[in-house]
Amino acid sequence: MEKILSGNAFVFGKNVDTDQIYPGRFVEFTDVEDVAKYAMFGADPTFTCKVKKGDFIVAGTNFGCGSSREHAVITLKAVGVGAIIAESFARIFYRNAINLGIPLIVCPTISKLVQTGDCLSFDLYSGEIRREKSLIATAEPLSDYVLNILESGGIKPLIKQQLEVKNRA
Amino acid sequence: MHAIEKLLAKKAGKASVKTGEIINCEIDMAGINDLYLQTLRSFFEMGGTKVHDPSRVIMFLDHYAPASTITQAANQKQFREFCWDQGIDLLMDIDQGVCHQVLADKGLAYPGEIVVITDSHTTTHGAFGAFGTGVGATDLAIILATGKLWFRVPEIIKINFEEKLPKGVYAKDAILHAIGTLGADYAVYKAVEFGGSMLQYLSISERMALCNMSTEMGAKASYIQPDAITMAFLEEKVTRPYEIYHTDADFHYADEVSFDVSALKPQLAAPSSVDNVYDVSQFIGRHIDQAYLGSCTGGRAEDICIAAHILQGKKVASRTRFVIVPASKGVLLEAMEKGYVKTLIEAGATFVTPGCAACLGTHEGMIASGETCITTTNRNFPGRMGDTKAQIFLGSPAAVAAAALMGEIVDPTLYM
Ligand code: SF4
Repeated sequence: MEKILSGNAFVFGKNVDTDQIYPGRFVEFTDVEDVAKYAMFGADPTFTCKVKKGDFIVAGTNFGCGSSREHAVITLKAVGVGAIIAESFARIFYRNAINLGIPLIVCPTISKLVQTGDCLSFDLYSGEIRREKSLIATAEPLSDYVLNILESGGIKPLIKQQLEVKNRA
Repeated sequence: MHAIEKLLAKKAGKASVKTGEIINCEIDMAGINDLYLQTLRSFFEMGGTKVHDPSRVIMFLDHYAPASTITQAANQKQFREFCWDQGIDLLMDIDQGVCHQVLADKGLAYPGEIVVITDSHTTTHGAFGAFGTGVGATDLAIILATGKLWFRVPEIIKINFEEKLPKGVYAKDAILHAIGTLGADYAVYKAVEFGGSMLQYLSISERMALCNMSTEMGAKASYIQPDAITMAFLEEKVTRPYEIYHTDADFHYADEVSFDVSALKPQLAAPSSVDNVYDVSQFIGRHIDQAYLGSCTGGRAEDICIAAHILQGKKVASRTRFVIVPASKGVLLEAMEKGYVKTLIEAGATFVTPGCAACLGTHEGMIASGETCITTTNRNFPGRMGDTKAQIFLGSPAAVAAAALMGEIVDPTLYM
């Protein structure tokens, strides 16, 4: 995983739930190409036309609340969202995103600091968030446990390794 | 230590744990539901071949019971085949109902154990003193592959409900009031213990509603200390020994709040968030297109009983439909035996087969743009039960049944 992530910001409000990120009626789709069509569909049906690889989602508190659907992360990953910066995240969404290798950045003041279209960068290790070149905030550091998962490209490669070691033993 | 911490420590093979620590726990029961074919995909992507312990895995075909599209049918087919291939005997097919109610009916959520399901409302099993928590597909696949999952030991909050609820006011009202006061993100990452003198008056059914809704304040798990009511419920269901943990007297909660419920009015969560809560009096007279009684929150036999009582010998209002979805087969059978089904069908209600139905906005009772629905379910986000321009009010079974009768929001205590 790159040390510095950068992209444009798409700003959403607080309590953005999984039905807004990925509506329930599309949950029956399971192939990534299908799931990718409905990213943020409940909040902004035009999002998938605008987002580019590496872009950031920026939101208020409790981003990803609601259902446990991993589709919500799969769809954002599939359209190229590079990281999500929010004031806080819902628990299951947090686990799902880290497991699939999307960095989630907790920054309690972020929605006051950023507007849609701002060009942001984020340093995974120092936690520094910049707009163009200037530092605007420093996020809570990621735990070693989480960094390890992200550096491995998500939890699947990690478990795969574990299983291989076990099977060989 | 708290009872929850003792439970987690035991399952992690440790003498003690502390808040914030990351531990790897043995999982006693892992449940998958039919929304998450990704669970099987992740299992195979990680190189899984044989499920670690098939006797601790349960599969629920509940969200799409029975399948209403070809895609759903194809997904369910893969789940069944996976169970047959892997020797998973606990395949709860489309006749059974919503995962949480099925576990309760069968006595499969044990005190002192860890239950993990690919469903956010797994907090429900705190009603039995279990550590129940929801995860996504890949986390569940990790349990399939290894039998274990990592957790961060949560901060624990205590919410006390004191005194007895007035007639016509229910646990659902109490928890909506708490969520409205504390906010939808009050307990994110934390575990919530429910206490206080109200609990002694609550049946298992209402305790489940309480614990179920703790998800809507962000809780990771909830907990009610098992007592005589818990034991009486479990006695005839459980088939193996289990351990009940107790919280040490010197344990410090991360936060503790109390509510006196003795004069609580019926509550409604208004569109479009669960913490947008008011006394029902704010909305009296608001037209209702659909009243919906169902789900793992409010679709139990006691809930259907309340509706039957309100509609006995009467008719659902002419411009309103009343959809009832028993949470499980057990619930439906009880409602039939006790005559509630007959009463309600005669009154004009529509029964749907046990399962999640329109609770998650996929089938069987969807609502159109511009319509208003009052429901015993747990979420009113835009689009949750159908069109994003439909309005959803969450309330108690009494509030829903009384609205079905009158065709508009009314004070249910006047119809008891
Ligand atoms: S009834 Fe509703 S809340 Fe409960 S598991 Fe089903 S969809 Fe989820």
